[in-house]
Amino acid sequence: MKLFRKNPGSPAGDVAGKDVSEALFVVLDTETTGLDPLHDRILSIGVLKLQGGRIRVRESMELFIAQEHFDHRSVPIHGILKQGPNRRLPEREALEQFLGFCDGAILVGHHIGFDLEMLRRGLARHGMPEPGNPCLDTDLLYKATLLKSPLLNKKAHYSLDELAGRFDLSCKDRHTALGDAYLTAVAFLHILGLLAAKRPLTLKYLLRIGS
Amino acid sequence: MSNRISERVADFLRRYPPFNELTPKDLSVLSEGVEILYREKGSYIFREGEAAHTFFYVVQRGAVDLRHAATGDMADICDEGDIFGLRPLMAGENYLLEARAREDSILYAIPIEAFRPYIQTYEEVGNFLIESFASNTRNPYAREYGGRLPGIPGSPAGPGSVTPFSEVLPIQSSKNLVSCTPDFPVKEVAALMTENNVGSVLVEAAGLPVGIITDKDLRNKVVSGQVPITAPASEIMTQPVITYPRKMTITQAQLAMMKNEIGHLCLTEDGTPDSPAVGIISKYDLMLALGNSPEVLMRAIKRTRKIKRLKPVRDRVTYLLRGYLENNIPMSITMKLIAELNDACIKRVIELCLKKQGPTPVAFAWLAMGSQGRSEQLLHTDQDNALVFEEVPADQLEDIRTYFLELAKLVNKGLKTIGYDYCPADMMASNPDWCKSLGEWKNTISKWVHNPGKEEVLLSSIFFDYNFTYGRKELVRELSDYIFSNVSKYPMFYYHLASGALQNPSPTGFFRQFLVEQDGMHKDFFDLKHRALMPLTDAARVLILSHQVRYINNTAERFEKLAELEPNNRELFLSCSYATKALLKFRTKQGLLHGDSGRFIALDTLTKEEKMKLKRTFKTIKELQELIAIRFKVSSLMV
Repeated sequence: MKLFRKNPGSPAGDVAGKDVSEALFVVLDTETTGLDPLHDRILSIGVLKLQGGRIRVRESMELFIAQEHFDHRSVPIHGILKQGPNRRLPEREALEQFLGFCDGAILVGHHIGFDLEMLRRGLARHGMPEPGNPCLDTDLLYKATLLKSPLLNKKAHYSLDELAGRFDLSCKDRHTALGDAYLTAVAFLHILGLLAAKRPLTLKYLLRIGS
Repeated sequence: MSNRISERVADFLRRYPPFNELTPKDLSVLSEGVEILYREKGSYIFREGEAAHTFFYVVQRGAVDLRHAATGDMADICDEGDIFGLRPLMAGENYLLEARAREDSILYAIPIEAFRPYIQTYEEVGNFLIESFASNTRNPYAREYGGRLPGIPGSPAGPGSVTPFSEVLPIQSSKNLVSCTPDFPVKEVAALMTENNVGSVLVEAAGLPVGIITDKDLRNKVVSGQVPITAPASEIMTQPVITYPRKMTITQAQLAMMKNEIGHLCLTEDGTPDSPAVGIISKYDLMLALGNSPEVLMRAIKRTRKIKRLKPVRDRVTYLLRGYLENNIPMSITMKLIAELNDACIKRVIELCLKKQGPTPVAFAWLAMGSQGRSEQLLHTDQDNALVFEEVPADQLEDIRTYFLELAKLVNKGLKTIGYDYCPADMMASNPDWCKSLGEWKNTISKWVHNPGKEEVLLSSIFFDYNFTYGRKELVRELSDYIFSNVSKYPMFYYHLASGALQNPSPTGFFRQFLVEQDGMHKDFFDLKHRALMPLTDAARVLILSHQVRYINNTAERFEKLAELEPNNRELFLSCSYATKALLKFRTKQGLLHGDSGRFIALDTLTKEEKMKLKRTFKTIKELQELIAIRFKVSSLMV
């Protein structure tokens, strides 16, 4: 799933050659005004860096974006009001910070396709280049950990809540961009553990099953 | 700048000392510098002799073992909220212990430079650290909940008899002190002991202890005929009484008994014989205090009110298991006892979940499947379970199923909390495929028996080892009846079950060398479960089913029964029973050694003797498979 077209000359191209324990992952999640990439807008982006099983709290951030478009129906989910207490950045500035943050990393997200689509639209609106980062979807990766068994009716999709239940993770800060990004990151680490128990883990393999 | 992750870190830390002393602002600043680490089970956080990191660690999730690398002695197990790796940082030393993740764990790495200022500014933080370093406990509060502290290497540890933390555990003396006066007749003394069910009586004069009479005194001095039963107590009592102060730790009590070669200690007000006695500690009390007794554990399980609290009890069951194995207690007894305790834990989890969930709409039964059903689950492995509920009208079926699925979800989660991993194939009662009414189960079983494909055989082989755990037993009985009547009508099923039993790869190659795994993570390891235990288990199942014997699920016991039923194959079946027990013991020992399921064995770590033992069991497996192939006319002999 290379939703971001490959950008020739981008350093992200050789990311895949690295070892899993050395690779830099950026786990991301976005909160949006709704689920329609055409009309809805990103309200916040949560990102954190993950390398060698280590998350540096200082290197995590949550960007809130000032948006004109607003949909009252989504407020109960993300809890971001039009005029909230957090400092809002103009969309362009937030996206620039985001791009700078992800440089050279593999992006990880739960159902990341949607987040990427939202980001791509945003970048296009400002005429900004799309980075060529490889991406991993924790839903796809999780499905690869399940056994092939006639008993197990695999679902088409697993929600982040289901993953949290499976790995017994606290759903605190659910539906905030950085809270979900953190939850995704921990689930991702658990999944890597499960996958590694099955076969030696390589980035190439991860990218094959997870994108 | 603080954000949601640092807030989360701070929220966690403020629950534990010494972080609870910090102001929210300081804690928030500290939390921003934290790094969150995920460490898989078995991976090192640091090794002995390694230069100290710039961080110390707090366990957020999971657990970490601290060991002396050279001896392998466990120094401590750190749980959620526990700090480790701090002292070397303060002392500027290298690490003296190695730290390894006992489970998949999330750790908070706290930078020492950010923390150091607080040690000076907050008196309480400094005190906490001084106290915890000085008392050699990680946490001065530990005493309250189990008294863990670094074990002293080389301390008198009889194999399996000492939990590593007994050094600070206070010991409870017997509550009712049984005593008599020196002129009390010996005969009455004996009656007094019987009545109170004790092994010793304290002899007191003017409120002070002057002697003690134990079973041994009665045997050696009275029954032997030296002293008549009419003699006064003073003639047979042992004196002077060896007294100790009332507050003793387990280790002190042990040492006192060893030093004086006695089995009973008298505790007095001030520790001298010149103050009144307050209690007696017997070897039996010691044993109970050490938790080295299934009765005590059983009671602890039944009294537990919170699922989370069952986990430490289960850890003690593992110590017990280790002790049994080291003391060479017969495997059949070990299996039974441990299975009983595991069973009690599961029952307790179900009871607690039922309390939460409210009364059940109809009767149900909880079934343990697979190794648990066979009472062969000694180590923590996966949970396999199923649920059957009473027949209900069709229009209520889904509502009732929803109730039981919710209940099962709670139970599955509870079992995970106490150490049973989720079944990777989702064979759990919270899966609608394994949570059915009696009628639905019968249909499923008919399907398995009548169209036995490869999958059906696999499923039935897991299911047919079910064991009743909780609920209404009649449901299970009816299900068993149904299975037997069905199978006897379709003998072809035996053929399929038998060929399934012969599918397992053989343990040795043509030259009698071990066959190790060719690829995957366990490359070059020997798969004990798949290549050695499963052939035995599968064979026992088909043979016992064909004899229509029920209620025996344990593989070794099945073989013993078979030996009884078929005198001409007695020798073979008995050696199968022996092989099963030997292999299981082997697996359990390996598992305890490496903290895993013991399934995969690195052959180069085995001694020659162990290899020989293993190979001897393989010969038995081969003979057994030949017998099955002939009996059930499985043409393609795949051994």
